[in-house]
Amino acid sequence: MRTDLLTDPVDGLDEALAAVDAFDRVLVAGLLRPQPAQAAGLAALAHSVAGTPLASLVAEAADKAAAGAAGEDHLVALAAARTALMGSVHDALTDRVADATGRPRAERSTRDTPADTPGANVLAAARAWLCDLARAGWQGIDHELVSGAGPVVSAMLPDPRLRRQATLLDGFAAELAASCPGATLERVPVRRWADLWTRALLLTLPGAARTPAADTVTGRLLPLGVDVQEHATAVQAQVHAVLEPSDGSAPRLVRAAVSAPKPDTVVGAGLWQLLRPRMSLLGAAGEGRAVELDAMPVTAEGDLVWDDERARTGESADPFATARVILSTAADPVTAPLDRHPAGIAVPVLVEGYTAEREDDGPLTFTLAGHRLTVDTERVPAASPLTPEAVAASGACLGLLRWDAGEFVLQPLAVETTVRKKTVALHAGAWAGGTTDKLGARAEKAATDSVAVLRERAGKLLRK
Amino acid sequence: MPVWERSSTARVVPPARPRKLAKVPFVELADGRLQGVVSSGSDIGRVYVSSIAAGTYAFACSTNNNRPCGGARGTFCNHIRALVGEAVLQYGAERVARYLKAETPGGEPDAEALVSVMTGTRPAQGDTSAAAPVFSRFLRHLAYLELEPTTAPLPEMQWFPATRTAA
Repeated sequence: MRTDLLTDPVDGLDEALAAVDAFDRVLVAGLLRPQPAQAAGLAALAHSVAGTPLASLVAEAADKAAAGAAGEDHLVALAAARTALMGSVHDALTDRVADATGRPRAERSTRDTPADTPGANVLAAARAWLCDLARAGWQGIDHELVSGAGPVVSAMLPDPRLRRQATLLDGFAAELAASCPGATLERVPVRRWADLWTRALLLTLPGAARTPAADTVTGRLLPLGVDVQEHATAVQAQVHAVLEPSDGSAPRLVRAAVSAPKPDTVVGAGLWQLLRPRMSLLGAAGEGRAVELDAMPVTAEGDLVWDDERARTGESADPFATARVILSTAADPVTAPLDRHPAGIAVPVLVEGYTAEREDDGPLTFTLAGHRLTVDTERVPAASPLTPEAVAASGACLGLLRWDAGEFVLQPLAVETTVRKKTVALHAGAWAGGTTDKLGARAEKAATDSVAVLRERAGKLLRK
Repeated sequence: MPVWERSSTARVVPPARPRKLAKVPFVELADGRLQGVVSSGSDIGRVYVSSIAAGTYAFACSTNNNRPCGGARGTFCNHIRALVGEAVLQYGAERVARYLKAETPGGEPDAEALVSVMTGTRPAQGDTSAAAPVFSRFLRHLAYLELEPTTAPLPEMQWFPATRTAA
């Protein structure tokens, strides 16, 4: 990997992010009574898309918002402008990543099937709530305003077709609730909340959520690693893997995700327990096995929509061997237009021959050929044998290349370390399918007990 | 802007710490209260809804059928004490103390110190009107276990990375 390219400046990046930041600061104080500084921020956003088809729509929206008279359509236009800017940042960064990895990019098949758009009423309610948030601003949030998301989320959650919207709103509202009242906030996660607000608002529009899987794939799936994402009331595990199609076509990188809503007290090994029964791939990835796929549905973005009926666990397949032999020839998937955002970048890479360093309180870094890459050991799930110490002592690392707050970072999925002159691999998802490890087994037992208590309570109280 | 403000994945709420749920199946810092549901020691079918208001420490405890708790007269009952203990396990004492606006003398607070600071102010007994909404929040919380997992990707979860560091 050409790590030197990861630290080189990207043309236009600072200008695009400056316009994003200008708009994001507008949301801190809210749009109820805009001040001159906010009008300037809105104008900066409008100016940044002046050469695009959004120009007149956004200019009008910025004017209305600066006058304190923005309606829903105006706020949606502003969110669209911010999404376009972040999309351009995403594209510039993924081009840079492709140069660094030297891997081919998959062609995006443009076969867009019309998606049904359920829940028009509840989506309209979500939009109204988000617009109220923008008017109040992060400094103006209170319990009454934030709790308005509750009924919306409750109405959405039972419908799997609205899971994207429900999961995002639920996680966002929980953060806002924990930060109330906004007037006394010491610091505001300015970009993060603007990101979440923008995405949530766009997802309330008909057709914005992804179209269903339009294709199927058959072949051998070689897992690379498992990435876990969680907020208080949801978890998603995503397996990154190389697919070798049985028709002899070129290998490609794919992902397979499984997610579930959860009570906030289900944590650690309990997350694996919730997800495990729904996707056999977690067990296969945990054990380091390949999986044979037969007509598995796949989206245009390379996301397998997992169905256990179409998968059969195969022989063992070491992720490091997969990474060393096939990864460099596998094509990276293409992101759906509305999903293009730097926070979504997660590109599997193998790095070797680095020097690991940690300065006092600073983050761990790998130095490769004189260039430093920050390592985000925080992202490793709690129920995992992979520890920050093991990463710091490693000689090879299989990870996801990400980008946040102005720099590329490496999220470890697995490392190789040397123990008594023998190479040992530690995987973040090693316990995904269960474990015989002493610590891991104890965590499994505790999690089983927790869920048993809750199920027993639910059985008694919910069905009365 | 500082790095934290420019981060899309800035950690805002630390994840709950694991704890045993048998005695206190539900606890939360919400609506300006520490509130939750405590299992009855004697009757397996009964639960108590307990709460302490932030700032005033006004406390309330009643069953889910709105019968007052016999112990919560004049001062915190054992249910409320258990609630504080489990909240400290789940969120960490510092976060509980900050939310309740309870300043404990000396360094790192613990559950015992928190209870003694709050009871030392001779808090008033609050009304039990919050019991119904708290109980319905508990039911909503339990209902999350009944929802089906899905394998359609949720791209927005990329904003919510796993976090090793608990509260």
